[in-house]
Amino acid sequence: MNRQTKEIIIKYIFFLFALVSVIVLGLIVFSLFREGLPIFGKVSVKDFIFGMEWYPTYDPPSFGIFPLIVGSLIVTLLATVIAVPLGVMAAIYIAEIAPQAIKEILKSVIELLAGLPSVVLGFFGMVIVAPWLQDTFDLPTGLNIVNASVILALMAIPTISSISEDALYAVPREYKEASYALGATKFETIVQVILPAAMSGISTAVMLGMARAIGETMVVLMVAGGAAAIPESLFDSVRPMPASIAAEMGEAPFRSGHYQALFAIGIVLFFLTLFFNLFADYVSHKFRQIGSGTL
Amino acid sequence: MFNIFKKASLGLLMLCFTAGAAVAAESIVIKGSTTVLPVAQGTLEAYMKANPGVQISLSGGGSGEGVKALIDKTTDIATSSREIKKEEIALAETKGVKPVAHVVAFDAIIPVVNPKNKITNLSTDQLSQIYQGKITNWKEVGGEDLKIVVISRDSSSGTFESWDHFVMKKAKVTPKAQMLASNGALVTAVAKNRYAIAYLGIGYVNKSVKPLQVNGITASIQTAMSKEYPFSRELYMYTNGEPTGEAAKYIKFVKSAEGQKIVAKEGFVPLVDVKKAGKKK
Repeated sequence: MNRQTKEIIIKYIFFLFALVSVIVLGLIVFSLFREGLPIFGKVSVKDFIFGMEWYPTYDPPSFGIFPLIVGSLIVTLLATVIAVPLGVMAAIYIAEIAPQAIKEILKSVIELLAGLPSVVLGFFGMVIVAPWLQDTFDLPTGLNIVNASVILALMAIPTISSISEDALYAVPREYKEASYALGATKFETIVQVILPAAMSGISTAVMLGMARAIGETMVVLMVAGGAAAIPESLFDSVRPMPASIAAEMGEAPFRSGHYQALFAIGIVLFFLTLFFNLFADYVSHKFRQIGSGTL
Repeated sequence: MFNIFKKASLGLLMLCFTAGAAVAAESIVIKGSTTVLPVAQGTLEAYMKANPGVQISLSGGGSGEGVKALIDKTTDIATSSREIKKEEIALAETKGVKPVAHVVAFDAIIPVVNPKNKITNLSTDQLSQIYQGKITNWKEVGGEDLKIVVISRDSSSGTFESWDHFVMKKAKVTPKAQMLASNGALVTAVAKNRYAIAYLGIGYVNKSVKPLQVNGITASIQTAMSKEYPFSRELYMYTNGEPTGEAAKYIKFVKSAEGQKIVAKEGFVPLVDVKKAGKKK
Protein backbone atom coordinates (compact mmCIF):
# COMPACT_ATOMS: atom_id res chain seq x y z
CA MET A 1 0.00 0.00 0.00
CA ASN A 2 1.62 3.24 -1.00
CA ARG A 3 1.33 6.54 0.80
CA GLN A 4 -1.27 8.01 -1.51
CA THR A 5 -3.76 5.18 -1.10
CA LYS A 6 -3.27 5.30 2.67
CA GLU A 7 -4.01 9.00 2.62
CA ILE A 8 -7.16 8.43 0.62
CA ILE A 9 -8.35 5.63 2.86
CA ILE A 10 -7.75 7.69 5.96
CA LYS A 11 -9.57 10.62 4.39
CA TYR A 12 -12.65 8.51 3.74
CA ILE A 13 -12.59 6.97 7.20
CA PHE A 14 -12.71 10.43 8.72
CA PHE A 15 -15.41 11.46 6.28
CA LEU A 16 -17.43 8.49 7.48
CA PHE A 17 -17.07 9.54 11.11
CA ALA A 18 -18.16 13.05 10.23
CA LEU A 19 -21.10 11.60 8.36
CA VAL A 20 -22.34 9.55 11.32
CA SER A 21 -23.82 12.50 13.19
CA VAL A 22 -25.46 13.78 10.01
CA ILE A 23 -27.02 10.39 9.33
CA VAL A 24 -28.19 10.01 12.92
CA LEU A 25 -29.78 13.46 12.85
CA GLY A 26 -31.40 12.66 9.52
CA LEU A 27 -32.89 9.43 10.85
CA ILE A 28 -34.18 11.13 13.99
CA VAL A 29 -35.83 13.89 11.98
CA PHE A 30 -37.29 11.30 9.63
CA SER A 31 -38.89 9.25 12.41
CA LEU A 32 -40.06 12.40 14.18
CA PHE A 33 -41.97 13.40 11.06
CA ARG A 34 -43.15 9.89 10.24
CA GLU A 35 -44.69 9.46 13.70
CA GLY A 36 -45.92 13.02 14.12
CA LEU A 37 -47.33 14.07 10.76
CA PRO A 38 -50.32 11.66 10.69
CA ILE A 39 -51.97 13.71 13.45
CA PHE A 40 -52.65 16.42 10.89
CA GLY A 41 -55.06 14.04 9.22
CA LYS A 42 -57.10 14.25 12.43
CA VAL A 43 -56.75 17.96 13.26
CA SER A 44 -55.73 20.84 11.03
CA VAL A 45 -52.35 22.48 11.59
CA LYS A 46 -54.14 25.65 12.66
CA ASP A 47 -56.31 23.87 15.24
CA PHE A 48 -53.29 22.02 16.53
CA ILE A 49 -51.08 25.07 17.00
CA PHE A 50 -53.72 27.60 17.99
CA GLY A 51 -56.18 25.26 19.72
CA MET A 52 -56.76 26.23 23.34
CA GLU A 53 -57.65 22.82 24.75
CA TRP A 54 -55.26 19.98 25.42
CA TYR A 55 -57.39 16.93 26.35
CA PRO A 56 -55.61 14.11 24.53
CA THR A 57 -57.09 11.22 26.51
CA TYR A 58 -60.75 12.18 26.41
CA ASP A 59 -63.33 11.03 23.94
CA PRO A 60 -63.45 12.92 21.62
CA PRO A 61 -59.90 14.16 22.24
CA SER A 62 -58.81 17.75 21.66
CA PHE A 63 -55.26 18.41 20.55
CA GLY A 64 -54.73 22.16 20.95
CA ILE A 65 -51.20 22.98 22.04
CA PHE A 66 -51.34 26.79 22.14
CA PRO A 67 -51.20 26.87 25.98
CA LEU A 68 -48.18 24.59 25.85
CA ILE A 69 -46.39 26.80 23.31
CA VAL A 70 -47.15 29.89 25.37
CA GLY A 71 -45.89 28.07 28.46
CA SER A 72 -42.61 27.16 26.77
CA LEU A 73 -42.03 30.63 25.33
CA ILE A 74 -42.81 32.57 28.49
CA VAL A 75 -40.62 30.38 30.68
CA THR A 76 -37.76 30.60 28.16
CA LEU A 77 -38.12 34.36 27.76
CA LEU A 78 -38.11 35.04 31.49
CA ALA A 79 -35.17 32.67 31.96
CA THR A 80 -33.28 34.60 29.27
CA VAL A 81 -34.05 37.92 30.92
CA ILE A 82 -32.58 36.58 34.15
CA ALA A 83 -29.66 34.65 32.67
CA VAL A 84 -28.30 37.10 30.07
CA PRO A 85 -27.23 39.92 32.41
CA LEU A 86 -25.84 37.43 34.93
CA GLY A 87 -24.07 35.32 32.33
CA VAL A 88 -22.64 38.18 30.28
CA MET A 89 -21.54 40.19 33.27
CA ALA A 90 -19.92 37.13 34.83
CA ALA A 91 -18.08 36.62 31.54
CA ILE A 92 -16.90 40.25 31.48
CA TYR A 93 -15.66 39.97 35.04
CA ILE A 94 -13.82 36.73 34.34
CA ALA A 95 -12.33 37.84 31.03
CA GLU A 96 -11.44 41.43 31.79
CA ILE A 97 -11.41 42.28 35.45
CA ALA A 98 -10.80 39.33 37.75
CA PRO A 99 -7.32 38.57 39.09
CA GLN A 100 -5.90 35.24 38.01
CA ALA A 101 -6.69 33.31 41.21
CA ILE A 102 -10.36 34.38 41.37
CA LYS A 103 -10.70 33.76 37.66
CA GLU A 104 -9.64 30.13 38.05
CA ILE A 105 -12.08 29.51 40.90
CA LEU A 106 -14.99 31.24 39.17
CA LYS A 107 -14.44 29.37 35.93
CA SER A 108 -14.41 25.98 37.57
CA VAL A 109 -17.47 26.80 39.68
CA ILE A 110 -19.42 27.84 36.59
CA GLU A 111 -18.32 24.67 34.82
CA LEU A 112 -19.52 22.71 37.83
CA LEU A 113 -22.90 24.42 37.55
CA ALA A 114 -23.06 23.29 33.92
CA GLY A 115 -22.35 19.75 35.02
CA LEU A 116 -25.17 19.60 37.58
CA PRO A 117 -27.79 17.08 36.42
CA SER A 118 -31.03 18.86 35.61
CA VAL A 119 -33.00 16.51 37.84
CA VAL A 120 -30.99 17.75 40.82
CA LEU A 121 -31.79 21.35 39.95
CA GLY A 122 -35.43 20.36 39.47
CA PHE A 123 -35.50 18.76 42.87
CA PHE A 124 -33.99 21.88 44.38
CA GLY A 125 -36.72 23.96 42.70
CA MET A 126 -39.47 21.66 43.90
CA VAL A 127 -38.44 21.16 47.51
CA ILE A 128 -36.69 24.42 48.38
CA VAL A 129 -37.57 27.23 45.95
CA ALA A 130 -41.28 26.39 45.61
CA PRO A 131 -42.19 26.47 49.34
CA TRP A 132 -40.01 29.54 49.82
CA LEU A 133 -41.70 31.42 46.94
CA GLN A 134 -45.09 30.41 48.25
CA ASP A 135 -44.49 31.50 51.83
CA THR A 136 -42.71 34.73 50.94
CA PHE A 137 -45.23 36.03 48.43
CA ASP A 138 -48.27 34.19 49.83
CA LEU A 139 -49.00 32.50 46.51
CA PRO A 140 -51.45 29.69 45.81
CA THR A 141 -48.62 27.62 44.36
CA GLY A 142 -44.84 27.69 44.30
CA LEU A 143 -44.64 25.53 41.18
CA ASN A 144 -44.96 28.36 38.68
CA ILE A 145 -43.40 30.33 35.83
CA VAL A 146 -41.04 32.31 38.05
CA ASN A 147 -39.69 29.22 39.76
CA ALA A 148 -39.15 27.35 36.50
CA SER A 149 -37.50 30.40 34.90
CA VAL A 150 -35.08 30.89 37.76
CA ILE A 151 -33.99 27.26 37.62
CA LEU A 152 -33.73 27.34 33.81
CA ALA A 153 -31.69 30.54 34.07
CA LEU A 154 -29.30 28.71 36.40
CA MET A 155 -28.86 26.12 33.67
CA ALA A 156 -28.42 28.65 30.87
CA ILE A 157 -25.87 30.82 32.71
CA PRO A 158 -22.90 28.46 32.19
CA THR A 159 -23.63 28.23 28.45
CA ILE A 160 -23.99 31.98 28.06
CA SER A 161 -21.08 32.81 30.28
CA SER A 162 -18.51 30.45 28.80
CA ILE A 163 -19.31 31.27 25.16
CA SER A 164 -19.37 35.02 25.90
CA GLU A 165 -16.06 34.67 27.66
CA ASP A 166 -14.50 33.09 24.58
CA ALA A 167 -15.90 35.93 22.51
CA LEU A 168 -14.36 38.50 24.86
CA TYR A 169 -10.98 36.79 24.74
CA ALA A 170 -11.11 36.90 20.96
CA VAL A 171 -11.23 40.70 20.94
CA PRO A 172 -7.75 41.71 19.74
CA ARG A 173 -5.37 43.30 22.15
CA GLU A 174 -4.77 46.26 19.81
CA TYR A 175 -8.35 47.46 20.27
CA LYS A 176 -7.91 47.68 24.01
CA GLU A 177 -4.52 49.28 23.76
CA ALA A 178 -5.80 51.84 21.29
CA SER A 179 -8.68 52.65 23.61
CA TYR A 180 -6.41 53.10 26.63
CA ALA A 181 -4.05 55.17 24.55
CA LEU A 182 -6.86 57.57 23.80
CA GLY A 183 -7.33 58.03 27.52
CA ALA A 184 -10.43 55.86 28.00
CA THR A 185 -10.98 54.33 31.43
CA LYS A 186 -11.30 50.59 31.92
CA PHE A 187 -15.10 50.88 32.16
CA GLU A 188 -15.33 52.94 28.97
CA THR A 189 -13.09 50.47 27.18
CA ILE A 190 -15.22 47.51 28.23
CA VAL A 191 -18.56 49.11 27.37
CA GLN A 192 -17.63 50.97 24.22
CA VAL A 193 -14.88 48.90 22.65
CA ILE A 194 -14.76 45.33 23.91
CA LEU A 195 -18.49 44.64 24.16
CA PRO A 196 -19.35 45.87 20.65
CA ALA A 197 -16.39 43.95 19.23
CA ALA A 198 -17.55 40.76 20.95
CA MET A 199 -21.22 41.30 20.15
CA SER A 200 -21.36 38.56 17.55
CA GLY A 201 -20.10 35.91 19.94
CA ILE A 202 -22.26 37.16 22.80
CA SER A 203 -25.41 37.01 20.67
CA THR A 204 -24.55 33.45 19.72
CA ALA A 205 -24.12 32.69 23.40
CA VAL A 206 -27.55 34.13 24.21
CA MET A 207 -29.25 32.19 21.42
CA LEU A 208 -27.63 28.92 22.43
CA GLY A 209 -28.58 29.60 26.04
CA MET A 210 -32.20 30.09 24.95
CA ALA A 211 -32.14 26.93 22.86
CA ARG A 212 -30.87 25.10 25.93
CA ALA A 213 -33.71 26.52 28.04
CA ILE A 214 -36.53 25.80 25.61
CA GLY A 215 -35.55 22.16 25.16
CA GLU A 216 -34.92 21.47 28.84
CA THR A 217 -37.34 18.85 30.09
CA MET A 218 -36.73 17.64 33.60
CA VAL A 219 -36.79 21.06 35.25
CA VAL A 220 -40.04 22.21 33.65
CA LEU A 221 -41.61 18.82 34.33
CA MET A 222 -40.78 19.15 38.00
CA VAL A 223 -41.26 22.83 38.79
CA ALA A 224 -43.51 24.48 36.20
CA GLY A 225 -46.65 23.01 37.77
CA GLY A 226 -48.08 21.41 34.65
CA ALA A 227 -51.32 23.35 34.08
CA ALA A 228 -52.24 23.38 30.39
CA ALA A 229 -53.87 26.82 30.51
CA ILE A 230 -52.74 30.24 29.28
CA PRO A 231 -51.18 31.87 32.36
CA GLU A 232 -52.68 35.11 33.69
CA SER A 233 -49.75 36.07 35.87
CA LEU A 234 -46.11 35.15 36.30
CA PHE A 235 -47.07 33.15 39.37
CA ASP A 236 -49.39 30.79 37.50
CA SER A 237 -48.49 27.22 36.60
CA VAL A 238 -47.75 26.34 32.99
CA ARG A 239 -47.07 23.17 31.07
CA PRO A 240 -44.21 23.69 28.61
CA MET A 241 -43.97 21.38 25.60
CA PRO A 242 -41.09 19.14 26.70
CA ALA A 243 -42.87 18.48 30.02
CA SER A 244 -45.98 17.33 28.18
CA ILE A 245 -44.03 14.94 26.03
CA ALA A 246 -42.07 13.51 28.93
CA ALA A 247 -45.08 13.11 31.20
CA GLU A 248 -47.45 11.59 28.67
CA MET A 249 -45.36 9.61 26.21
CA GLY A 250 -44.92 6.68 28.59
CA GLU A 251 -48.63 6.00 28.65
CA ALA A 252 -49.84 7.04 25.24
CA PRO A 253 -51.00 3.95 23.32
CA PHE A 254 -48.64 3.22 20.41
CA ARG A 255 -49.54 5.14 17.20
CA SER A 256 -52.75 6.52 18.72
CA GLY A 257 -53.79 10.12 18.13
CA HIS A 258 -52.27 11.08 21.47
CA TYR A 259 -48.94 9.46 20.54
CA GLN A 260 -48.87 11.22 17.18
CA ALA A 261 -49.79 14.53 18.78
CA LEU A 262 -46.85 14.19 21.18
CA PHE A 263 -44.52 13.57 18.25
CA ALA A 264 -46.03 16.58 16.51
CA ILE A 265 -45.17 18.65 19.60
CA GLY A 266 -41.66 17.32 19.07
CA ILE A 267 -41.77 18.66 15.52
CA VAL A 268 -42.83 22.09 16.80
CA LEU A 269 -39.98 22.04 19.32
CA PHE A 270 -37.58 20.96 16.59
CA PHE A 271 -38.56 23.95 14.45
CA LEU A 272 -38.27 26.31 17.41
CA THR A 273 -34.72 25.19 18.25
CA LEU A 274 -33.86 25.21 14.55
CA PHE A 275 -35.09 28.78 14.41
CA PHE A 276 -32.96 29.73 17.42
CA ASN A 277 -29.90 28.18 15.82
CA LEU A 278 -30.46 29.82 12.44
CA PHE A 279 -31.08 33.14 14.13
CA ALA A 280 -27.89 32.74 16.18
CA ASP A 281 -26.03 32.05 12.95
CA TYR A 282 -27.54 35.10 11.26
CA VAL A 283 -26.79 37.39 14.18
CA SER A 284 -23.23 36.22 14.48
CA HIS A 285 -22.70 36.92 10.78
CA LYS A 286 -24.37 40.29 10.95
CA PHE A 287 -22.26 41.55 13.85
CA ARG A 288 -19.12 39.84 12.62
CA GLN A 289 -15.96 41.85 13.06
CA ILE A 290 -13.85 41.77 9.97
CA GLY A 291 -10.17 41.31 10.67
CA SER A 292 -8.38 39.94 13.68
CA GLY A 293 -11.46 40.11 15.92
CA THR A 294 -13.28 37.41 14.02
CA LEU A 295 -14.48 34.55 16.22
CA MET B 1 -3.55 -9.61 14.91
CA PHE B 2 -6.83 -10.26 13.18
CA ASN B 3 -6.91 -13.72 14.70
CA ILE B 4 -6.83 -12.39 18.21
CA PHE B 5 -9.83 -10.22 17.50
CA LYS B 6 -11.67 -13.14 16.03
CA LYS B 7 -11.01 -15.32 19.04
CA ALA B 8 -11.89 -12.59 21.49
CA SER B 9 -15.15 -11.75 19.80
CA LEU B 10 -16.08 -15.41 19.52
CA GLY B 11 -15.43 -15.83 23.23
CA LEU B 12 -17.53 -12.80 24.03
CA LEU B 13 -20.33 -14.05 21.86
CA MET B 14 -20.32 -17.41 23.62
CA LEU B 15 -20.31 -15.69 26.98
CA CYS B 16 -23.36 -13.72 25.95
CA PHE B 17 -25.22 -16.85 24.92
CA THR B 18 -24.46 -18.79 28.05
CA ALA B 19 -25.24 -15.80 30.25
CA GLY B 20 -28.46 -15.24 28.37
CA ALA B 21 -29.49 -18.85 28.83
CA ALA B 22 -28.69 -18.79 32.53
CA VAL B 23 -30.75 -15.64 33.06
CA ALA B 24 -33.67 -16.85 31.00
CA ALA B 25 -34.07 -19.91 33.22
CA GLU B 26 -35.10 -18.18 36.43
CA SER B 27 -35.87 -14.56 35.85
CA ILE B 28 -39.07 -12.59 35.79
CA VAL B 29 -39.51 -9.11 34.43
CA ILE B 30 -42.23 -6.98 36.00
CA LYS B 31 -43.19 -3.59 34.64
CA GLY B 32 -46.04 -1.14 34.98
CA SER B 33 -48.06 0.99 37.36
CA THR B 34 -46.35 3.24 39.87
CA THR B 35 -49.30 2.61 42.19
CA VAL B 36 -48.66 -1.13 42.27
CA LEU B 37 -44.90 -0.57 42.60
CA PRO B 38 -44.76 -0.79 46.44
CA VAL B 39 -46.80 -4.02 46.38
CA ALA B 40 -44.57 -5.58 43.74
CA GLN B 41 -41.40 -4.34 45.44
CA GLY B 42 -42.37 -5.67 48.87
CA THR B 43 -43.58 -9.05 47.65
CA LEU B 44 -40.71 -9.69 45.25
CA GLU B 45 -38.13 -8.94 47.94
CA ALA B 46 -39.76 -11.52 50.20
CA TYR B 47 -40.11 -13.95 47.31
CA MET B 48 -36.47 -13.62 46.23
CA LYS B 49 -35.35 -14.11 49.82
CA ALA B 50 -37.39 -17.29 50.05
CA ASN B 51 -36.25 -18.52 46.62
CA PRO B 52 -32.58 -17.68 46.16
CA GLY B 53 -31.44 -17.87 42.55
CA VAL B 54 -34.61 -16.33 41.14
CA GLN B 55 -34.03 -12.94 39.55
CA ILE B 56 -36.93 -10.54 39.40
CA SER B 57 -36.46 -7.16 37.81
CA LEU B 58 -39.04 -4.49 38.47
CA SER B 59 -39.64 -1.13 36.87
CA GLY B 60 -42.36 1.50 36.98
CA GLY B 61 -43.42 3.74 34.13
CA GLY B 62 -47.17 3.54 34.46
CA SER B 63 -50.01 1.14 33.81
CA GLY B 64 -50.08 1.88 30.08
CA GLU B 65 -46.34 1.35 29.81
CA GLY B 66 -46.67 -2.05 31.51
CA VAL B 67 -49.46 -3.21 29.23
CA LYS B 68 -47.51 -1.98 26.22
CA ALA B 69 -44.50 -4.01 27.37
CA LEU B 70 -46.69 -7.08 27.83
CA ILE B 71 -48.00 -6.71 24.30
CA ASP B 72 -44.46 -6.28 22.96
CA LYS B 73 -43.46 -9.34 25.02
CA THR B 74 -40.72 -7.41 26.80
CA THR B 75 -42.16 -8.14 30.23
CA ASP B 76 -43.52 -11.29 31.88
CA ILE B 77 -45.88 -9.52 34.24
CA ALA B 78 -47.50 -6.14 33.69
CA THR B 79 -48.82 -4.40 36.77
CA SER B 80 -51.76 -2.09 36.32
CA SER B 81 -53.95 0.09 38.49
CA ARG B 82 -56.78 -0.13 35.98
CA GLU B 83 -58.45 -2.80 33.93
CA ILE B 84 -56.91 -3.38 30.50
CA LYS B 85 -58.67 -1.36 27.79
CA LYS B 86 -60.57 -2.75 24.82
CA GLU B 87 -58.12 -1.21 22.35
CA GLU B 88 -55.22 -2.76 24.22
CA ILE B 89 -56.85 -6.19 24.11
CA ALA B 90 -57.43 -5.78 20.37
CA LEU B 91 -53.81 -4.76 19.82
CA ALA B 92 -52.62 -7.67 21.98
CA GLU B 93 -54.63 -10.13 19.93
CA THR B 94 -53.06 -8.96 16.68
CA LYS B 95 -49.65 -9.77 18.20
CA GLY B 96 -50.78 -13.13 19.58
CA VAL B 97 -50.74 -12.02 23.18
CA LYS B 98 -53.59 -12.99 25.48
CA PRO B 99 -53.63 -10.82 28.62
CA VAL B 100 -54.91 -12.61 31.71
CA ALA B 101 -55.83 -10.55 34.75
CA HIS B 102 -54.88 -11.37 38.33
CA VAL B 103 -56.29 -9.17 41.06
CA VAL B 104 -53.53 -8.83 43.65
CA ALA B 105 -54.80 -6.13 45.99
CA PHE B 106 -57.29 -3.33 46.39
CA ASP B 107 -56.53 0.32 46.44
CA ALA B 108 -58.60 3.21 47.67
CA ILE B 109 -58.23 6.63 46.11
CA ILE B 110 -58.41 9.33 48.73
CA PRO B 111 -58.75 13.07 48.26
CA VAL B 112 -56.14 14.83 50.38
CA VAL B 113 -55.54 18.41 51.48
CA ASN B 114 -52.88 20.22 53.47
CA PRO B 115 -53.07 19.53 57.24
CA LYS B 116 -53.74 23.25 57.80
CA ASN B 117 -56.97 23.04 55.80
CA LYS B 118 -60.05 22.90 58.03
CA ILE B 119 -62.22 20.94 55.58
CA THR B 120 -62.82 17.36 56.68
CA ASN B 121 -65.47 16.06 54.30
CA LEU B 122 -66.48 16.60 50.66
CA SER B 123 -69.18 14.94 48.61
CA THR B 124 -68.48 13.26 45.30
CA ASP B 125 -70.32 16.09 43.61
CA GLN B 126 -68.28 18.80 45.33
CA LEU B 127 -65.08 16.99 44.34
CA SER B 128 -66.25 16.83 40.76
CA GLN B 129 -67.12 20.56 40.73
CA ILE B 130 -63.72 21.43 42.22
CA TYR B 131 -61.89 19.37 39.63
CA GLN B 132 -63.97 20.84 36.80
CA GLY B 133 -62.96 24.29 37.97
CA LYS B 134 -66.51 25.30 38.88
CA ILE B 135 -65.78 25.64 42.59
CA THR B 136 -62.61 27.73 42.90
CA ASN B 137 -62.59 28.89 46.51
CA TRP B 138 -62.48 26.85 49.71
CA LYS B 139 -65.19 29.05 51.29
CA GLU B 140 -67.71 27.66 48.79
CA VAL B 141 -67.39 24.26 50.46
CA GLY B 142 -67.25 25.62 54.00
CA GLY B 143 -63.55 26.40 54.36
CA GLU B 144 -61.43 29.53 54.56
CA ASP B 145 -61.48 32.25 51.93
CA LEU B 146 -58.62 30.78 49.91
CA LYS B 147 -58.24 29.91 46.25
CA ILE B 148 -58.30 26.19 45.53
CA VAL B 149 -55.24 24.84 43.76
CA VAL B 150 -56.35 21.69 41.98
CA ILE B 151 -53.65 19.06 41.64
CA SER B 152 -54.13 15.99 39.51
CA ARG B 153 -52.12 13.11 38.15
CA ASP B 154 -51.21 13.15 34.47
CA SER B 155 -54.07 12.38 32.15
CA SER B 156 -52.46 9.08 31.22
CA SER B 157 -51.92 7.70 34.72
CA GLY B 158 -54.02 4.81 36.00
CA THR B 159 -54.90 6.79 39.12
CA PHE B 160 -56.21 9.59 36.92
CA GLU B 161 -58.38 7.12 35.04
CA SER B 162 -59.79 5.75 38.28
CA TRP B 163 -60.47 9.28 39.51
CA ASP B 164 -62.21 9.98 36.22
CA HIS B 165 -64.25 6.82 36.65
CA PHE B 166 -65.28 7.44 40.28
CA VAL B 167 -65.57 11.21 40.46
CA MET B 168 -65.46 13.03 37.14
CA LYS B 169 -67.61 10.62 35.14
CA LYS B 170 -66.05 11.82 31.87
CA ALA B 171 -66.28 15.53 32.74
CA LYS B 172 -63.07 17.36 31.86
CA VAL B 173 -60.54 18.32 34.51
CA THR B 174 -59.97 22.08 34.42
CA PRO B 175 -56.95 23.10 32.32
CA LYS B 176 -55.75 25.12 35.32
CA ALA B 177 -55.16 21.93 37.26
CA GLN B 178 -51.55 21.14 37.93
CA MET B 179 -50.72 17.80 36.38
CA LEU B 180 -47.93 16.07 38.26
CA ALA B 181 -46.08 12.99 37.16
CA SER B 182 -46.13 10.75 40.25
CA ASN B 183 -47.92 9.98 43.50
CA GLY B 184 -44.80 11.11 45.33
CA ALA B 185 -44.83 14.52 43.65
CA LEU B 186 -48.46 14.94 44.68
CA VAL B 187 -47.64 14.27 48.33
CA THR B 188 -44.81 16.82 48.27
CA ALA B 189 -46.97 19.43 46.57
CA VAL B 190 -49.92 19.07 48.97
CA ALA B 191 -47.77 18.81 52.09
CA LYS B 192 -46.25 22.19 51.29
CA ASN B 193 -49.33 23.99 50.01
CA ARG B 194 -52.33 24.95 52.13
CA TYR B 195 -54.36 25.90 49.03
CA ALA B 196 -54.03 22.51 47.43
CA ILE B 197 -56.22 19.48 46.94
CA ALA B 198 -55.08 16.24 45.31
CA TYR B 199 -55.93 12.55 45.27
CA LEU B 200 -53.71 9.65 46.19
CA GLY B 201 -53.65 5.89 46.32
CA ILE B 202 -54.12 4.78 49.95
CA GLY B 203 -50.54 3.47 50.06
CA TYR B 204 -49.15 6.96 49.57
CA VAL B 205 -51.17 8.79 52.25
CA ASN B 206 -48.89 9.74 55.14
CA LYS B 207 -48.85 12.22 58.00
CA SER B 208 -47.76 15.15 55.85
CA VAL B 209 -51.18 15.34 54.17
CA LYS B 210 -54.74 15.22 55.50
CA PRO B 211 -57.09 12.63 54.00
CA LEU B 212 -60.69 13.80 53.50
CA GLN B 213 -63.87 11.88 54.14
CA VAL B 214 -65.97 11.26 51.07
CA ASN B 215 -69.74 11.54 51.53
CA GLY B 216 -69.07 11.29 55.28
CA ILE B 217 -67.15 8.03 55.05
CA THR B 218 -63.58 7.79 56.23
CA ALA B 219 -61.35 5.83 53.92
CA SER B 220 -59.61 2.97 55.64
CA ILE B 221 -58.63 -0.59 54.91
CA GLN B 222 -61.91 -1.72 56.51
CA THR B 223 -64.25 0.62 54.66
CA ALA B 224 -62.48 -0.07 51.36
CA MET B 225 -62.71 -3.84 51.93
CA SER B 226 -66.42 -3.61 52.68
CA LYS B 227 -66.87 -1.36 49.61
CA GLU B 228 -68.52 1.18 51.90
CA TYR B 229 -65.87 3.70 50.82
CA PRO B 230 -66.87 4.65 47.28
CA PHE B 231 -63.51 5.08 45.55
CA SER B 232 -61.88 1.69 45.80
CA ARG B 233 -60.47 -0.26 42.88
CA GLU B 234 -58.68 -3.48 42.03
CA LEU B 235 -54.97 -3.59 41.35
CA TYR B 236 -53.89 -6.06 38.71
CA MET B 237 -51.02 -8.11 37.49
CA TYR B 238 -51.41 -9.16 33.86
CA THR B 239 -49.67 -12.09 32.22
CA ASN B 240 -49.63 -13.38 28.66
CA GLY B 241 -51.87 -16.44 28.90
CA GLU B 242 -52.06 -18.35 32.16
CA PRO B 243 -48.71 -17.84 33.88
CA THR B 244 -46.22 -20.69 34.01
CA GLY B 245 -43.04 -21.42 35.94
CA GLU B 246 -41.64 -18.78 38.24
CA ALA B 247 -44.16 -16.13 37.21
CA ALA B 248 -47.03 -18.39 38.25
CA LYS B 249 -45.33 -19.19 41.55
CA TYR B 250 -44.68 -15.52 42.20
CA ILE B 251 -48.27 -14.45 41.54
CA LYS B 252 -49.47 -17.29 43.74
CA PHE B 253 -47.18 -16.00 46.45
CA VAL B 254 -48.55 -12.46 46.12
CA LYS B 255 -52.09 -13.77 46.53
CA SER B 256 -51.16 -16.03 49.46
CA ALA B 257 -51.76 -15.02 53.08
CA GLU B 258 -48.07 -14.18 53.40
CA GLY B 259 -48.08 -12.01 50.28
CA GLN B 260 -51.25 -10.25 51.34
CA LYS B 261 -49.64 -9.46 54.70
CA ILE B 262 -47.05 -7.49 52.74
CA VAL B 263 -49.82 -5.82 50.73
CA ALA B 264 -51.40 -4.63 53.98
CA LYS B 265 -48.01 -3.54 55.34
CA GLU B 266 -47.41 -1.38 52.25
CA GLY B 267 -50.68 0.39 53.04
CA PHE B 268 -52.94 -1.27 50.48
CA VAL B 269 -56.12 -3.22 51.00
CA PRO B 270 -55.58 -7.00 51.03
CA LEU B 271 -57.80 -9.39 49.07
CA VAL B 272 -58.57 -11.54 52.05
CA ASP B 273 -62.14 -11.16 53.28
CA VAL B 274 -63.17 -9.36 50.14
CA LYS B 275 -65.95 -11.52 48.74
CA LYS B 276 -65.83 -10.10 45.26
CA ALA B 277 -62.11 -10.71 44.78
CA GLY B 278 -62.71 -13.55 42.37
CA LYS B 279 -65.24 -11.86 40.15
CA LYS B 280 -62.74 -10.95 37.39
CA LYS B 281 -62.66 -13.22 34.36
